[in-house]
Amino acid sequence: MLDFKSHIPNGPLQDKWSNHKFESHLVNPTNRRKHTILIVGTGLAGSSAAASLAEAGYNVKIFGIHDSPRRAHSIAAQGGINAAKNYQNDGDSVQRLFYDTIKGGDFRAREANVYRLAEISVKIIDQCVAQGIPFAREYGGLLSNRSFGGTQVSRTFYARGQTGQQLLLGAYQALERQAHEGRVEIYPRREMMDVVKINDIARGIIVRNLVTGELERYAGDAVVLATGGYGNVFYLSTNAKASNASAVWRAHKRGAAFANPCFTQIHPTCIPVSGDHQSKLTLMSESLRNAGRVWVPLKKGDNRPPHQIPENERDYYLERIYPSFGNLAPRDVASRAAKHVCDEGKGVGSSHLSVYLDFADSIKREGHDSIRMKYGNLFDMYQKITTEDPYKTPMRIYPAVHYTMGGLWVDYNLQSTLPGLFVLGEANFSDHGANRLGASALMQGLADGYFVIPVTLPNYIATQSIVKVDTQHPNFAEAENEVKKTTSQLIKIKGTQTAEMFHKRLGKLMWDDCGMSRNESGLKKLLEEIPKLKEEFWNDILIPGDENQLNNELEKAGRVADFMELGELMARDALERKESCGGHFRTEYQTSDSEALRDDEKFCHVAAWEYNEKNSIRHTEQLNFENIHLQTRSYK
Amino acid sequence: MSHQYHLKIWRQKNSQSEGKFENYSIDNIHSDMTLLEMLDVLNQQLAIKGEDPVSFDHDCREGICGSCSLVINGNPHGPDSGTTSCQIFMRKFPNGSQLVIEPFRAKAFPLIKDLVVNRSAFDRIIASGGYVSVDTGSSVDANATPISKIAAEMAMDSAACIGCGACVAACRNGSAMLFVGAKVSHLALLPQGDPERSRRVQNMMTQMDDEGFGSCTNMGSCAGACPKDISLDNIARLNQEYMRSLLKG
Repeated sequence: MLDFKSHIPNGPLQDKWSNHKFESHLVNPTNRRKHTILIVGTGLAGSSAAASLAEAGYNVKIFGIHDSPRRAHSIAAQGGINAAKNYQNDGDSVQRLFYDTIKGGDFRAREANVYRLAEISVKIIDQCVAQGIPFAREYGGLLSNRSFGGTQVSRTFYARGQTGQQLLLGAYQALERQAHEGRVEIYPRREMMDVVKINDIARGIIVRNLVTGELERYAGDAVVLATGGYGNVFYLSTNAKASNASAVWRAHKRGAAFANPCFTQIHPTCIPVSGDHQSKLTLMSESLRNAGRVWVPLKKGDNRPPHQIPENERDYYLERIYPSFGNLAPRDVASRAAKHVCDEGKGVGSSHLSVYLDFADSIKREGHDSIRMKYGNLFDMYQKITTEDPYKTPMRIYPAVHYTMGGLWVDYNLQSTLPGLFVLGEANFSDHGANRLGASALMQGLADGYFVIPVTLPNYIATQSIVKVDTQHPNFAEAENEVKKTTSQLIKIKGTQTAEMFHKRLGKLMWDDCGMSRNESGLKKLLEEIPKLKEEFWNDILIPGDENQLNNELEKAGRVADFMELGELMARDALERKESCGGHFRTEYQTSDSEALRDDEKFCHVAAWEYNEKNSIRHTEQLNFENIHLQTRSYK
Repeated sequence: MSHQYHLKIWRQKNSQSEGKFENYSIDNIHSDMTLLEMLDVLNQQLAIKGEDPVSFDHDCREGICGSCSLVINGNPHGPDSGTTSCQIFMRKFPNGSQLVIEPFRAKAFPLIKDLVVNRSAFDRIIASGGYVSVDTGSSVDANATPISKIAAEMAMDSAACIGCGACVAACRNGSAMLFVGAKVSHLALLPQGDPERSRRVQNMMTQMDDEGFGSCTNMGSCAGACPKDISLDNIARLNQEYMRSLLKG
C-alpha cells in the first residue's frame, strides 16, 4: 500500500516552511561525508541540488545523458525567472506570487508547496546574482524586470532571451567547483535504466554507459531524480530531442506514484510546423507577448498579406476577449484561443494553422533599437528558421507542447511514494497545478535544488536507520539482469520499423486525442490505439547494431517503449478527470463562452496512479484551500 | 522544394579504429529541413538497410545547448556566421551539391564515434576556476551591489558562450583561448568575480595547457566560427587578466 501522506506542516501558511526547517533533523557536519547521494539529471534542479548538498559536505554522484552537465534542457529556457522581490514597487509580494501561481494553476496545486516556492523565490535571485549571473539591469545599476502571462506585476528577472542558459551555467559552475573539490563525481553520457530497491527503499541505480554500452551499478543512501518532463511523448514539442520520461517511468514501475499525468502545457507562441520532416518545434518566448499583439483577420480565409489587412479588418482576439490581461493571458487560455480562431477558419499562413504576433505598434512606440535590445536574439532565431523578418512582417505562431505539470507524486519533502527516492523540478508534479505560469519553471527547479532538498534530504537521512549496502547486494544483480533481458529482447526483434517511426505515430495519436482539447470518445479510441501500437512495436522494432557500443537507435527505442506506456496512462488520467482545468480541456466540460469548467466538488484533488501492469490504480489526494478562496478563474 | 545531395561523411567505429570518408547520395530533401533533419533521414534509410546510422551529438536543436558539433565543407558549424550546426537549413545548399561532414577535430577533443567527440576538457577547465566561490544561501540582497548596465551587458556578451568547441576546431593550433577568455571576461567584468580574479585566470590557463590545447597566434578563426559571435576582445581581455594576475598576484 503506497503512502500518500503529504506531510504538510501544521501552523499558519506563512510559518509552515520556517517551522518545518526548525523541526527537521540535522546531520552532523563530520558525518555528512559518510552519506552518498545519487542524483540523476543535470539541469537546474539536479545541478543545483548536487552543488548545494556537496557544499554541505555530502558525498554526491550525479549522472546525465549529455556529454556535459551544461547541456541539459534547462539551458533552452528563454524568458526569465519569477521572484516576489517587488523591486518595481508595483504591488508584488510573496502573497501575490503565491496567489497568481495557485490561480494560474487553476486551483489544482497544494497551497503549502506553492507558498514555500513564492517565499524561496526571493533568495534564488540573491544566490544567482552572487554567482555572477549577468541579469539585465537598468542604467542606475539595479536589476530590471519584465512581465509574463497570468500576472499584473513585473516580477520576471531575465538575461536577454537566454535566462535558462545563464542560470544553468551558474548551477553547472557551482557543480564543477564541487567536482574540483572532490565532493561530487560527475558521470556524463549515462542513462538511468532502473532504480534498485533494498527492503523496499531506493538504494541505488543501474545506468547504461552510453559510450561503451556497459551497465554500471551505483549504491547510495538516497536517490534523487531531476530528469525533467515528458513532453516528448507527443514527438513534436519544444523539448530537446533526448528529453525523455524513462527515468521517472522506471521509478514509477518500482513504486513511485505518478500524479496528474494528463496535465500538459501547450505553449501559445511557437514557430508553426512547416512539414512532415520536422523533428522538433521552436519556442518563441512568452516575453514577446509584452510587446507583440496577437491577431487574425476578421474574415475567414482572408489570404491577403498582413500589411494589406487594415486595422478594422483585424481581430485582436486576446485583447477583445480578455481586456484586463490582454496579450498576457496565461498560456493555456492563450493557446486555446489560438486553436479556436484557427478552427473557425481564420488561421493564417499556408497551413492556416497559425496566428500573427505583431510588433509594429511597439516598434513605432519604442523604436527599433529598444525592441532589438530586448528581443534581438529571438527575432534573429525566428528569421533564421522562417526566412521572414519580424521587424517588418508579423511573426506567425501556433501552440506547441512545452511543459508537463504532471510528474511523480511527492510529499512536502519532495519524497515520492518509493521511500528514499526524491523527485525535483519538472519531473515532480508539485507546484503548478493544471497550468504553469511563464518564468515559474526556472524558479521551481532552483527552489527545489538550492533550498528545499538541502533541508528535507538530511532530515530523511537523520531519521532513518540506513544500513550500509554495496553493489554486490543481490538486488543490484537482479535489476541489472532485468535491464539486460529487456535490452537484448529489443535488439533481437530486428523488425522493419525504426523507433523514430513509432515515436511519430504515437505523437500523432496523442496530439489528436490527448492534446489541446480532449473528449471521452477520443480518449477511449486512444486507449484502443496505443496498446495496438505497443504490440506492433514489440514485434517489429528495428535496432541496427548491438548493445555493446554507442547506439542511438537503441537509446531511442527504450525511450519510445516507455513513452507508449506513459501515453496510455495520460489518456486514462484524462478520461477519468471529468472536468476541464488549466491545460486539461475536456470539450464536454466548458462554460457557455468556451472557458474551462472545473468541477470542484468531484475533482478538487490530485490523481496519483499506482503502477499495475494490467490496470493501474487511481488514488486521490484531496486539495484543501484554506487561504485562497476557490473561484472561477477569470482573466477578463 | 525537393533536392538531392552528395554526402561525404566521416565514419569511425571508435577511438581505436581508423576512420574514413563514406559517400552517400540522398534525395527528396525539402529546402525547409535543417541539416540535422537531413541526417535524420539518412540515418533512417541506413537503419532500414541494416547499416549502422551515423552518430552525431545534438539535443536542443535551437542553437543553445552546444551539443551539435559538425564541420561542414571545412567550416565548423557550416558556412553561416553566428549559427550552430543544428540551425543550418538545407535551403542554404544548391540542389545537387556536395556536403563534406566531419567531426570537430582537435588533440584535446578525442573522437568517440563517427562525428561525436569528447569535449570534457572544457568541463575540467571550468572546474579549475570558472566560477564565483559562493555556497548556496550565503548571499546578500540581489540589489545590494549596483552594476552598471554597460558592464552587465558586456558580461552577458561573454557569458553567451555555449561551450560547443567550434573555436577550438577552427583554430589551426587547437587553441581554447576564446572559450577560456569568454568565461574569464564574464566573471572579471562583474564585481562578484573580483575577489578570485587572479587565481581564476591562472588556474584556468594552467588547466587549458594541461589539456593539450594549443597556443593562440591571433588569427581570429575562432571568433569567425563562433555560433554566438563571441568577439576576439575576450582573448585580449584574457591576456590582460593574465598579465594583471602576474603583476598584482
